[in-house]
Amino acid sequence: MNALLDVLDLETARLGPLSLRLAVGELVQVTGASGSGKSLLLRALADLDASRGLVRLGDCDRDRIAPGDWRRQVAYVPAETAWWAPRVDGNFPPGWRLHDAKSWLACFALPDDALDWEIERLSSGERQRLGLLRALLNRPRVLLLDEPTANLDRENTQRLEAAVRRYLAEHGAGAIWVSHDRLQQDRLGGRVLEIHDGRLRS
Amino acid sequence: MTLIILSPWDLALAGLLVGALAGLTLWAGLGLGRSLLIAAARTVVQLLLIGLVLQTLFDHARLEWVALMALVMLLIAGYEVMARQERRFAGAWGYGIGAVTMFVSAFAVTVLALTTMVGAAPWWTPQYAIPLLGMLLGNTMTGIALGLDRLTQAVWRERSLIEGRLALGESWMAATTTMRRQAARSGLMPTINAMAAAGVVSLPGMMTGQILAGAPPVEAVKYQILIMFLIAAGTGFGTLGAVRLASRRLFDQRERLRLDRLRPIARR
Repeated sequence: MNALLDVLDLETARLGPLSLRLAVGELVQVTGASGSGKSLLLRALADLDASRGLVRLGDCDRDRIAPGDWRRQVAYVPAETAWWAPRVDGNFPPGWRLHDAKSWLACFALPDDALDWEIERLSSGERQRLGLLRALLNRPRVLLLDEPTANLDRENTQRLEAAVRRYLAEHGAGAIWVSHDRLQQDRLGGRVLEIHDGRLRS
Repeated sequence: MTLIILSPWDLALAGLLVGALAGLTLWAGLGLGRSLLIAAARTVVQLLLIGLVLQTLFDHARLEWVALMALVMLLIAGYEVMARQERRFAGAWGYGIGAVTMFVSAFAVTVLALTTMVGAAPWWTPQYAIPLLGMLLGNTMTGIALGLDRLTQAVWRERSLIEGRLALGESWMAATTTMRRQAARSGLMPTINAMAAAGVVSLPGMMTGQILAGAPPVEAVKYQILIMFLIAAGTGFGTLGAVRLASRRLFDQRERLRLDRLRPIARR
């Protein structure tokens, strides 16, 4: 299998050293107790926290890709998404396409006029889905999802799981999915890694 | 027209007023009497000392002494900027950002004004150089301190928002647009307000001083306009420079938000 994301001896102040390989189209799940470093791992991979070690996307070293380009391609979606503009589409990344946005809205069972909704009036579940949606507009090659279904009901959870699966298959992307839910782990399938004291165990 | 010399008795009479005020606050149990008297005493001592220093400087007008005085003023102003920050930068940056931007803006504007507009001979004549620099440093210091304080507070408060924008691939500049704008605004607002209210709401201190010293009001007004413009330029360029330097310092070369470069708030 071709490695999409290759992580070797990644280390931050509270994490690692850990190594990880993500293949094209693969979804890897990460679990662990709270405070074990799951979010720190995703932040380090998105280059939001300083880290040592080798991180490669395809055959390109992280340090040779400009930080903005790296984060567009290795997209971190935090559990709590942040919003700065008053309406939904003001918070989208520069250069987003209306066609893409509308097709993702349909996938997440949101109406087209959701683009114009006021952020203040969004429910936590709507925020979570729209937070993932805007990251997908960048067409990332790797998704780093921090409990992306924590605020969703069962139906919307399964919709989102299917949407991510479809995205990985269609775009040859990969995902690292942080989850606590046993049932979800079985549904999603793939490798499950456990993080403990900042180190990975399979 | 000449300056009417004040005798020590005149000052003592004014001092009696402060003493009476202190007595009143003591009697009313406001707990202000002590600090009022200490502050009044400090005024007397500090101003007399600086008067002696300036007198000596004027008597021995040499470029080295003027430069030394200017340097001391700059170092103190740099310290003041740092001390007014709730979340200051760790290490040399905490002092450096304020001192360097003040040096560049206030010094450059003062030297420009002395050499071209005022045109004293020689250009560094202390009667002109020191008060001009003092006014510029004082105002620039306030602007930079307000701007930096606002910037670091806003970035600290909005850190998840900034990192959310970074995660979508935006640059550090784009991710901090609103905070940098707020910081520049709060640094420049006092100067803009002072210019807008000059002569209508308040009579500026320098102009008042020159009129008291016997200068024709229109001449005093011309000096005041010059000073106001210089202050606006010095404060503006200084604040913009400091906000720019500081906001860049909050990110590293990989454009990660580095709040660890700020010192934690000192607990009191």
